[in-house]
Amino acid sequence: MYDFEYATPTTVDEAVSILAENGEDARILAGGTDIIAQLKENRRVKVLVDVKKIQETTALSYHSAAGLSVGAAVPCCEAYETEEIAAAYPGLTDAMTLIGSIQIQSRATITGNLCNSSPAADSIPAMIALGAVAKIVGPNGEREVAVDSFCTGPGQNVLENGEFVLSVHFPAPAANSGGFFLRFIPRNEMDIAVANAAAYVVLNDAKTHFESARLAVGAVAPTPLLIEEAGSLLAGKEIDDDIIQQAADLAKGQANPITDMRGTVEQRIHLAGVLSKRAINGAVQRAKES
Amino acid sequence: MARKTHVTTTINGEETQFLCEPRNTLLEVLRDDLDLTGSKEGCGNGNCGACSVILNGRVVDSCLVLAVETEGADVQTIEGVATPEGLHPLQQKFLEHAALQCGICTPGFIVAAKALLDREPNPSEERIRLWLAGNLCRCTGYDKIIRAVMDAAETMETA
Repeated sequence: MYDFEYATPTTVDEAVSILAENGEDARILAGGTDIIAQLKENRRVKVLVDVKKIQETTALSYHSAAGLSVGAAVPCCEAYETEEIAAAYPGLTDAMTLIGSIQIQSRATITGNLCNSSPAADSIPAMIALGAVAKIVGPNGEREVAVDSFCTGPGQNVLENGEFVLSVHFPAPAANSGGFFLRFIPRNEMDIAVANAAAYVVLNDAKTHFESARLAVGAVAPTPLLIEEAGSLLAGKEIDDDIIQQAADLAKGQANPITDMRGTVEQRIHLAGVLSKRAINGAVQRAKES
Repeated sequence: MARKTHVTTTINGEETQFLCEPRNTLLEVLRDDLDLTGSKEGCGNGNCGACSVILNGRVVDSCLVLAVETEGADVQTIEGVATPEGLHPLQQKFLEHAALQCGICTPGFIVAAKALLDREPNPSEERIRLWLAGNLCRCTGYDKIIRAVMDAAETMETA
């Protein structure tokens, strides 16, 4: 690793001023599972800003009315080991328990996954489906950005100089709702998605119709995608295979993938449809069991 | 060059102090400065688990932890698994089941398995296989390792 300075700010203001002063030469350290691996590959950083000493970053709270708030430094396993969180957000739990090994989940954070902004990130589609919002702090104070608008390209996002994500917020799950996330990888565990998909559905009281739905897919475009039209299509419709297939076809239509070592354009477009259908069906099943 | 930082941490129950640069990983400090060479470097990027240690009660890859991050932390390494009275049941069962050949992955497997059994004394075979998915072995194969962990869990339960 090249040499770098290490800063441990204890307040948001202190962190923001270090980030603003150093611009692109400063990077955030939370769980370190991406940034330390990148530093080992000779990425150059002037100052690494460890945000774990800032109280707000380690906060994890869930209330059935207010929803879930996950601080930027909360590791995945701390979130999913909290039983009421795992029960209320099964789609997010699907993703958090799939990211890397237990060693990685002990350190990795969903905020880090978001800010690394990989097109293939596993937690981002899950967050998008749930309507999560990132709370950003910076030199001009606080702002909120929906996770579905956060990533702007591979490894790129809306964060401006001096800004960082302090926490991610999830609305409380609705009655008769269910969430589901899945990915396709060529082995059983420990791999990067060829494609992935997440769905969150709210059913009517009789559990026969969709009240609303959110579908998101990943690794099939430069950023994870919210398939808004799928939500509009499903809202108010009776649950049946045909309408779910039509929603999945909309995801296929919006997929704009590349061919790389993990998969081809054709395979990824196909997977966007298959995984979307399975994600919606999985979410419906959980909503029915709720 | 960035100034060296003085870090105070607890390693295997003993307060330990060291000086390190920000770019030194916990694994480097353990092996090169503290002579705790039981933790191994395999891939160096968080895939193989050979450098597994327990940091504040959670199993992590010490190659992806900066040593400066461990100020005030509690670290358990493979060196702290056995006691003066003898081997830990996991170590004993790894021997009995011949769950190692070259031995490079073994400390990581034992530390990761201990982290599991500390939390869940009676895990299913599937749970053990999933938990140990972040530890790679390139010679023994996994069945003997899984059987050793299951046997150790049983021994510890009846002890």
